[in-house]
Amino acid sequence: MGRYVLRRLLQLIPVFIGTTFLIYWLVWSLPGDPFAGKCGDRPCPDAYVSMMQDKFNLNDPLVVQYGKYMLNLIQGDFGQNFRLQDVGTLIGNAYPNTVKLAVVALIIEAIIGLSAGILTGLRGRGFLDNLTLVSTLFLISLPVFVTGFVIQLFFGMELGWIKATVSAKAPWHELIAPGFVLGSLSMAYVTRLTRTSIAENKRADYVRTAVAKGLPQSRVVGVHLLRNSAIPVLTFLGTDLGSLMGGAIVTEGIFDVKGIGNLVFKGIIAHDGVVVTGVVALLVVVYLLSNLLVDMLYAVLDPRIRYD
Amino acid sequence: MRKPRWIAASVMPLALALTIAGCAGGGDDSNSGTPGGGTGDAGDPNGKLSAFGTEPENPLIPGNTTESGGSKVIRALWTGLTEYDAVTGESKNAHADKIETKDSKVFTVKLKAGWKFHDGTDVKAKNYVDAWNFTAYSPNGQQGASFFEQVAGYKDVHTEDPDGASGPQAAPEPTSKTMSGLKVVDDSTFEITLSDSFSVFPLKFGYNPFYPLPDSFFTDQKAFEAKPIGNGPFKFVSRTPNADITLARNDDYKGEGKPKFKDLVFKIFETNEAAYTATVAGELDFLDTVPASGIAGGKYKVDLKDRNGSTPYMGNQVLAFPLYQAQWQNVDLRKAVSLAIDRKSITEKIFEGTRLPADGWVNPAVPGYVKGQCGDLCTYNPEKAKEYLTKSGFKGTIELTTNADGGHKEWMTATCNSIKNALGLECTYNPIPTFAETRQKINAKQVTGIYRAGWIADYPSIENFMNQLYRTGASSNDGDYSNKKLDDILVKADAAPTVEEANKLYQEGERILAEDMPAIPLWNQTAQYGWSERIDNARLSSLRELDLTTVTVKK
Repeated sequence: MGRYVLRRLLQLIPVFIGTTFLIYWLVWSLPGDPFAGKCGDRPCPDAYVSMMQDKFNLNDPLVVQYGKYMLNLIQGDFGQNFRLQDVGTLIGNAYPNTVKLAVVALIIEAIIGLSAGILTGLRGRGFLDNLTLVSTLFLISLPVFVTGFVIQLFFGMELGWIKATVSAKAPWHELIAPGFVLGSLSMAYVTRLTRTSIAENKRADYVRTAVAKGLPQSRVVGVHLLRNSAIPVLTFLGTDLGSLMGGAIVTEGIFDVKGIGNLVFKGIIAHDGVVVTGVVALLVVVYLLSNLLVDMLYAVLDPRIRYD
Repeated sequence: MRKPRWIAASVMPLALALTIAGCAGGGDDSNSGTPGGGTGDAGDPNGKLSAFGTEPENPLIPGNTTESGGSKVIRALWTGLTEYDAVTGESKNAHADKIETKDSKVFTVKLKAGWKFHDGTDVKAKNYVDAWNFTAYSPNGQQGASFFEQVAGYKDVHTEDPDGASGPQAAPEPTSKTMSGLKVVDDSTFEITLSDSFSVFPLKFGYNPFYPLPDSFFTDQKAFEAKPIGNGPFKFVSRTPNADITLARNDDYKGEGKPKFKDLVFKIFETNEAAYTATVAGELDFLDTVPASGIAGGKYKVDLKDRNGSTPYMGNQVLAFPLYQAQWQNVDLRKAVSLAIDRKSITEKIFEGTRLPADGWVNPAVPGYVKGQCGDLCTYNPEKAKEYLTKSGFKGTIELTTNADGGHKEWMTATCNSIKNALGLECTYNPIPTFAETRQKINAKQVTGIYRAGWIADYPSIENFMNQLYRTGASSNDGDYSNKKLDDILVKADAAPTVEEANKLYQEGERILAEDMPAIPLWNQTAQYGWSERIDNARLSSLRELDLTTVTVKK
């Protein structure tokens, strides 16, 4: 297991370098001058543009720029964006909000998805099963901004149960509604996945044996059935957490959550390679680590799986 | 598994409802207090107000801030020699006691006594002169440098890059760090000498680059950027990037417009729509730009009943011709296109009346404006348009272009259709993906079609609409328009002894534009704004910002 983990961590390095270089190059090759639009409807004074270009090494060839940037990044200095703000601070302020939102979304989708999936999986065909299938289909087909605006309008403005926009510090209880919106799509997938997985394993031999042995329902389902059915669901949840941590621009925009989704979007529009590459570098590491964690979790769930 | 069905079916929605209800009324810094009983005209003097803001593009230094996000904050933190009336836009003395001149070339400024910066140091004449020299000095790369063009000695502190910023050559080192035209006489007097007489110069004094800077700016600029120190009605408290900028009332403020509440927070929102939602829900107190989704169908008037407003501001929109392209050099064609645009219908249908059809190149709210300078050429007249078209002999396609990310698609296509129907020519709208790319093409003089342009006054004067846009080689003369007759009149106008005489000459210059039609005036801008139930007496000033001197927070 140890060698496996080490190998995976070493694979992280080429992926990290490759992705960051690719992103840096892509942002750099976007058409348009980053300083052309910074002064409103008039051209920026040459002195200003020259000063900015010198400051950000924009006159060097691409590989040199990238090299200088990565050297700083490895030492922990994320650099400054074109507004001369410290990118490290910006990411430090924005990322916890995105993580909180992702965790809330994950918890909501896990609880609702798993419970709905288990109930319908165990019960089989019936009213509840059809209800779940229809509602999940409905949730899958709705774009996330529709769900977002409806929830904001209805619960926020009409009923006043929630705050329409999330305050800057993003306290946990205010993130429940945006978390629900963000997780609504994945919740549908988790429900269906759990339902199928349980329905399949319900007929397995070992379940029949457990029931025949006289074990109580709760033990059969809770200990034996769930552990095996959880594997595909866990894969999904793990990769979902990784992608949720990558920011959700639309949901963050609707509820005004100050996360990295908008940070990256604005960075792309402004051709701010420093911001975009900085965030991407962080995200690559997070995503790969969360995938590694999920893979290791398999071994816990299913003793038949071995790594070497 | 033998449990009744209804339990399972009801648990989920119930759990969901309870969870969501559980976070009702939370909000640590909730601004939605009860509005009931708001009687006092004076409001709560210790009240707190949140206003919509966008993240400033640069650190908060007045000389480097010309965009709206930073300007809002700068104008709350600073007061200059003059300020602009919130309703008429006219310039009146603020810190300046007297601004005297005999020939509009040498100005003597006397300051009122007793004004202090937020750190307790006095605001002296030296602080103005030092700040102005710093901004004009080109290696400092300040955006507001060109406002000092007319001061004698500007060429010594500000050098031009011979091949533009993108070329390999660098600008030569300036020969001096201070302009010879600025002289400190004593602590409360200083003299400004211009290279030529220019009566309109004092009208610029209320604008950002002319604010004073304390001595601490020059000793530690980084510390100043972290905590700006001004001399205005509000002082800086704290700032969280991308979240908020907090200011508090300056109780030692010596100016006239003392604020009637205590704390001012500029909340920065990710999107304009989120800010609008927050205003409707009472979480944001003042929004100075209602987004297009709120204006459509008059939605904002319903959502924000009795707490919305609409006011014209000093900005207009035009369609400019790239006169470096051969096909647009025929003046009859340009006049034909102007006559073919049905401004009235477009402003009514697409803008719901939030734009006022233009009748000249200057905005009506600007001092110096005169009605009807465009004559008949800005009124929709298909027959006359066709006449001019035949005279020009043009038979090709009319191409319109602008940036695609600015929400201009609807009115551009409507304008294109109007032209097509009136002239019988093909008209196409070819957008450029982003604003930055569009600006780059315009700066590089590579645009082929008629492009959207516009102007918002930097300071309230007709001069600002003429000199920066239509003079040969002017900084914003992107279409390369050049007319010696106009240049001569502008020179005469600049040298006129009084503002009134100067304005008359600028108006003559505007009539020359009607002969040449280098840009087609479309309409003048209005701003829609809204506020929450917590505040009263909110209005938008002539500079399109919340008037901080009149607004009150209800008790």
